[in-house]
Amino acid sequence: MNEIEVAQISCGSEYTGIQGEIESAAERVGAKIIFPDIDLEEVEAAEAKFGLKVTSPDLKLMLARAISIVEGRTTADAVFIGTCFRCAEGALVRNEIRRYIHDKSGLPVISYSYTERTTADTLLTRMEALSTIAKRRSLLAREKQSGLTAGIDSGSTTTKAVIMQDNEILGFGWVSSTDVLESAEEAYSIALKESGIERDAVQAIGVTGYGRFILGKSFNADLVQEEITVNSKGAVYLADRQKGAATVIDIGGMDNKAISVQDGIPGIFTMGGICAGASGRFLEMTAKRLGVDITELGKLALAGMASEISMNSYCIVFGIQSLVNSLSKGARHADIAAAACYSVAEQVFEQQLQEIEVREPVIMVGGTALIEGLPQAMRELLQVEVIVPPYAQLIGAVGSALLSSGFIEE
Amino acid sequence: MANIFIYPSNSLILYDLVERFGHKPLAVMQEIRKRVTTVGIDSPPLNITPEDPKIGLKYAAVEVPAGVRGRMSLLDPLLEAAEAAILVEDAPIGFGCMGCQRTSELVGFLIRAKRIPILELNYPTSDDAAENFVYQISEFLNGLGDGKEAKNE
Repeated sequence: MNEIEVAQISCGSEYTGIQGEIESAAERVGAKIIFPDIDLEEVEAAEAKFGLKVTSPDLKLMLARAISIVEGRTTADAVFIGTCFRCAEGALVRNEIRRYIHDKSGLPVISYSYTERTTADTLLTRMEALSTIAKRRSLLAREKQSGLTAGIDSGSTTTKAVIMQDNEILGFGWVSSTDVLESAEEAYSIALKESGIERDAVQAIGVTGYGRFILGKSFNADLVQEEITVNSKGAVYLADRQKGAATVIDIGGMDNKAISVQDGIPGIFTMGGICAGASGRFLEMTAKRLGVDITELGKLALAGMASEISMNSYCIVFGIQSLVNSLSKGARHADIAAAACYSVAEQVFEQQLQEIEVREPVIMVGGTALIEGLPQAMRELLQVEVIVPPYAQLIGAVGSALLSSGFIEE
Repeated sequence: MANIFIYPSNSLILYDLVERFGHKPLAVMQEIRKRVTTVGIDSPPLNITPEDPKIGLKYAAVEVPAGVRGRMSLLDPLLEAAEAAILVEDAPIGFGCMGCQRTSELVGFLIRAKRIPILELNYPTSDDAAENFVYQISEFLNGLGDGKEAKNE
């Protein structure tokens, strides 16, 4: 397979000391980083042409490079946009360039704000998704599952496995993640048993999630794929919205994904993994503090009013402290549950959804989507319809099973 | 001969002028050269490693972008060694730049806080202003003493 070229448009990566990490992440997924060549005159003219005035020269260079890609003077298969974390001017430029390139060139784009602690591993999933979208569009075009296939999603909190045949889910397993291989084996065995299928009968298998590489080897998987593309496919498939625009939101146990999708193929996406207060873990801790099972938290939240609780922080520690303080003042458990859901949804809304273009319908997936208070909070914040498809918790496994059926025919 | 901090710190024109008047220019190219010729560091293109932004914490707290702090680690030895400074405002990119306006603002503040002789100039936009620009630099550098007359015009 030919190496794909990813154009890098960035400010500060070389001074942050992580340029090598960006290039390493690209190399690991068969991509090469290129930098659009720009004349000085193009840099000086870029602000007026783009319509955005900035003071930092490297940001002007970013604008010029973006223009060069859109106008076709630079050819690339995908674009990586990066600026320093906590740089306000950089964030403005990053966001506007991402929209500009996505709208005017149709190239897949990812953006990232880095610190000196950013590593190739952090960037790998994003770069893998970018590479996949650029070079495997035919695989991503698949809309129906065929044959007898399996998908395993090795998540940070739970591991899911699903068996599918002729576009139907036969059975699934859903277990807590402990040892990556053992949890996958357990979930897979449950799924096979529930389906009444012998292991040898499975024609193709796809794996995704954090443990995908080790699972890929152990299960001799046909497809080893990151979660961005797999979850996008799984979401539009299960929600029956394969054509047209959609936004996929996956609030996971350890990180969140917000993906703007067109015809099932990710366009702009973000992955957040900085703050546990915006993850399913926050809801688990809230449920524990309220003495209810996590499966009951959502219904409890629907009966509550988030506005009754004063949340002083999004932090998983100090946010819980706010909830505990409210409890000590006699707050209703339902209000606490609603406030926790709203806090997670609001943080995803403020920190991630601003980075993508939210297009209806919004499809919420992952295990947290089953906590009813969470999609409800997202509905309130976005003021749009939020779909939670059936089997929302199995999204990665279903996406893997769907895409891996492409390997039967190959 | 005095150590003259120049800003933009990679301005070849300022570097040349300072050298012509017998002083030692302090430019970022020297620091980058040290890094790219140091055996054992492999962090292209500038051989700045993720440790450098931590060195930059000397000047700016962790909430300041890592790219600013990485640049500050490069400029740190120059700021420390500076005995006088020439700062040029509003220069076009071709004259030299550090790429980041926040870094420029911080460097300007730090160099002024050192209370060393400083010449602050606006970038000239006409021939007359350019002559005056060079004249002011020559007067400033000659006035520092221990320098020498320009080798050539």
